[in-house]
Amino acid sequence: MLHNIFSKWITAGLAVVLLTPATALVTSSGALAAENKLVIYSARKEHLLKPLLDEFTKETGIETLLYTGKDSALIERVKAEGDKTDADILMMADAGNLGYAAEQDLFAKLDSQTVRERIPAHLRDDQDRWTGLSVRARTLVYSTERVNPKDLSGYQDLADPKWQGKLCLRTSKKVYNKSLVASLISHYGEDQAEKIVTGWVNNLAAKPYAKDSQVMDAILAGRCDVGIVNSYYFGRLVEKKPQVALALFWADQQGHGTHVNISGAGIIKSSDQAANARTLIEWLTQNKAQSLYAEVNQEYPADPQIPPSKTVASWGKFKADDLSLSEVVRLQQQAVRLMQKVGYR
Amino acid sequence: MNRLTSLQGFLLWIPVWSILAILVLLLLLPISYLFGSWGNIDIQLWEHFSANLLDELTLNTLLLVLSVAVGTLTLGTGLAWFVVMYEFPGRRWLSWLLLLPFAMPAYVLAFVFLGTFDYGGTVQQWLRTFFSIDYFDIREGVFGPALVLTLVFYPYVYLLARTAFANQAISMIENARLLGCSPASVFWRLSFPLARPAIAAGVSLALMETLADFGTVSLFNYSTFTTAIYSVWEDFHSLTAAAQLSTLLLLFAVMLLGMEKLSRGRRAFTQQANLDRPPFVLKNWQRWLVSFSIWMIVVIVLIIPIVQLGVWSYQSLLEEWDARYFDWLSNTLVLSVSSAVIIVSSALLMNILQKKTTGKTVRFLLFSARLGYALPGVVLAIGIMGVLAWFNQQLDTDWFIGGLFALYLAYLVRFIAVAHGPIESRLQTIRPSIIEAARNMGANSTRLLWEIYLPLLKPGLIAAFILAFLDISKELPATYLLRPFGWDTLAMRIFELSTEGLYQRAAIPSLVLLLLGIAGLLILRRLNLFR
Repeated sequence: MLHNIFSKWITAGLAVVLLTPATALVTSSGALAAENKLVIYSARKEHLLKPLLDEFTKETGIETLLYTGKDSALIERVKAEGDKTDADILMMADAGNLGYAAEQDLFAKLDSQTVRERIPAHLRDDQDRWTGLSVRARTLVYSTERVNPKDLSGYQDLADPKWQGKLCLRTSKKVYNKSLVASLISHYGEDQAEKIVTGWVNNLAAKPYAKDSQVMDAILAGRCDVGIVNSYYFGRLVEKKPQVALALFWADQQGHGTHVNISGAGIIKSSDQAANARTLIEWLTQNKAQSLYAEVNQEYPADPQIPPSKTVASWGKFKADDLSLSEVVRLQQQAVRLMQKVGYR
Repeated sequence: MNRLTSLQGFLLWIPVWSILAILVLLLLLPISYLFGSWGNIDIQLWEHFSANLLDELTLNTLLLVLSVAVGTLTLGTGLAWFVVMYEFPGRRWLSWLLLLPFAMPAYVLAFVFLGTFDYGGTVQQWLRTFFSIDYFDIREGVFGPALVLTLVFYPYVYLLARTAFANQAISMIENARLLGCSPASVFWRLSFPLARPAIAAGVSLALMETLADFGTVSLFNYSTFTTAIYSVWEDFHSLTAAAQLSTLLLLFAVMLLGMEKLSRGRRAFTQQANLDRPPFVLKNWQRWLVSFSIWMIVVIVLIIPIVQLGVWSYQSLLEEWDARYFDWLSNTLVLSVSSAVIIVSSALLMNILQKKTTGKTVRFLLFSARLGYALPGVVLAIGIMGVLAWFNQQLDTDWFIGGLFALYLAYLVRFIAVAHGPIESRLQTIRPSIIEAARNMGANSTRLLWEIYLPLLKPGLIAAFILAFLDISKELPATYLLRPFGWDTLAMRIFELSTEGLYQRAAIPSLVLLLLGIAGLLILRRLNLFR
C-alpha cells in the first residue's frame, strides 16, 4: 500500500536529495575560486596572517587566498587532494607538523638563496623543504610573589622534589610539549629525559591544563608557582594586564639554552605557482614583514638580525637552544610514547 | 490508477531502489573504510597502547557515558514529567525554554563553565565566603565533563519524553488515580513504562553525542576514546590505528543502539491521545517550589552562560566584530538549512525503506548507516576524504573534494541518526486502519499523501529538521576540514579563537551562534510548529 502512495513522492524527494549536492558539486568546486590566486593552507590563525597577506598583495600585485584549518587535518587534505590540490603554500604553527608534511613528500625544495641567507640553519629543514618564519620560546613562567628567580634554573630543575605541588603544565597532547620533550631526549638521552618528565609529573599541583593561558591563570590563582609556557602567551597576558604578578624565566641559560619552536612554511610540490609561492616566502623573510609577522603574535623574528617588538624585547635577551628542529621532529613520536608511559596526560 | 500491473510497479521502482541503494552505500562507505583498517595492524603501537593507555581510556569512557546516561535520563525525564503532568507558574514558557540548550554548543558551555568556576575565581571566592566550600578544581575527575555534557544533551531525552507523556490518554491516568495510584506510582507503573521506548531513544542519542565529543573533554583534559583517536592520528600519524580505535568506539555505539532496541522490545505503542491539561494538582507552595527549581536549571544552563558571554562580548566587541560576521552567519545558515533538508529527506526515504522491507540484510545495512553519529567528526571527515580521494583518482578529476559535496556527505553520515528517530516514531503511529478507512472512502494516493501521511508525519519531520539544523550549525571538525573556499562558519571562528585561549573574543561568535539557534526555535514556536 505504502508502495503506491509513496512512489511519486519518493521520486520527487530523490530529486531534492541528489540534485542539491550535485549542483553544489559543480558550482563550488574549489578550483573555480582558486584560479590564478596564490592559495595558502594555513594552521596559523587567520587574524595573525591576513594583515600581512593584504600588505603582500598591495606591494606585489599577487593575490592570495587564505584557507585556515587544523594542522594535521590540513596535511591530510593536501594528501587527499594529491596532484589536483589548489594549495600552493602550507603554513604550520610548529616544526613537528612541517616535518611530517615534508616526510609525506608534500613539499618542493625551497631552493632560495634569500631564505638561506636570512634564516639560521637550525630553524630550517636540513633538506631544504621548509623554513621557519618566526620563533617562539617555550620557557618557564613564575609567580613574582612566591618564587625567587634565583631558585629557578631550567627544565631539568623542575623535576626536583623541591617543586613538589608547585608545578603546573599544559597537556602532553599539545605539540609544543612534544617538541620540548623531544629536545630533552636529544640532549640527555631517553633514560634521563624519562626521569625529568617523571619528576615533572610527581611535582604537578593540578591535572595538566588544556591551554598555556590556563597554566598562567592557575599560577595567578595560587594553585601553583611555576609553569612552562610559550613566550607569546605571556605576551598576550601582559598586554591585557601590564602589572600581572608573573614573569618569564629563560630556561637552561647555563646549559643548552631555552627550547624554541617556529611557525613556518613550505611550497607544495604540485603547486602550479611555485614562483609566486617562493616570492611570498622570501617576502616574509624580509625586514618589514619579519617584524610584522612576529609582532602580531608577540614572537621573535626568525632572522636574528631583526629586533623583536618592544614588548618582546623587554623580556630580555636569552640564549636559544640551537638544536636542529629537524632532529626535534625526528624524536617527536618517541617523546609522545615517553610522556604517555610515565602518565603525563 | 491504483491498479498498476506488477511489471509497471517493478519498472516504477527501479530508479527508486537504485537511488536508495546509492544513498545507503554512500552512508556505509566511511564506516566500511574504518573497518577495512584492520587489515594491517601496527603491533608495536598497540602494545604501547594496551600497556599505557587502554585501561584508562576504557574506564574513563565508560564512566563518562554512564554519568551522562544517568544525568540525561534523570534530568530529561524528570523535567518532562513535571512540565506535562503538573500545572505551575510559568509552565508554558519553561516547557519551551528547557529545549533551548539544544542551541548551545557543548564546547562553548565548557569554556564558559571553566571561566566561571575558575579555581579561586570570583564564584569560588563567593562560595567560600557564604557556604565555606573550599576551592575546588572543576576539571578533576568525571564530574566537570559529565555535567557539561548532561546539561547540553538532556534536551534529547526531554523532547522525546515530553511528547511521549503528552500523548498518554487522560482517561488512562484518571483510571489509575481512581484505582488509588499516587502520582509517583502513576509515573513508575504507567507513564514511564509506556514512554520507555522514547526515553531510550533520547538517551541513546545523548550518549552517541557523548562518545563523539572532542571539544568538551579536551578542554577538561579528560582522556576518552575520542581524544585517543586524535592522539593516535596526530602523534603517531597512524590513520590506520586511529581507524581501528574508531571501530572500537563504534562497538560502544552498537551496544547503545542495541540497548535501545531491547528496551523497545517488540512493542510499538501507537497512542494518539493528547493531554490538553496537566492531570495532577499541586499544593500552592509545591507549585512555586517546582517552578523555582526548574527556573534554577534554566539559569544554570542558559542565563549564566548568556550573561557571561555577553560580558565577554562587550569587552571584546571593538577588537573582534567586523563585517565578515555577516558572511559567517549566512554561511552557517545556508549550510545548516540546506543540509538539514537533505538529511530529513534521506531519513524519510530510509524510514520508508525500513518499513517496507523485512529482509534482515537490508535492515542491518540501514542500522549500520546510522552509526556515523557516534563517530568523532574528524574521523568521519578523514574517512570521507579517503574515499573521495579514491574517486578523484579513478575519475581523474578534482570534483569530489573541495566542493560542497564532501561536506554534505559528512553531515549526512553524521546526523542521519538524529533525524531518523523522530520520523520513525511518527511513522509508527500511522495505523493501517486509518489508511484503509481513507481508501474505503475513496481517497486516491495523492490525497492520502497530502491529507493523511504528511499531516501525521509533520511533527516528526519538523523535530528531525530542527535537531539536524542545530547539530549542523554547531558542527566543527568536518566543516573545518572539508569546507570549500569561502565557506567559513561561526563554529570555526569560535574554535580558532578559543583554541588560542582568547575566550573573550570567542564569546562573540558563540553568542551569535547561540542566538541563531534560539531565533530558529522561536520562529518555529511563532508558527505553531514546535513548542
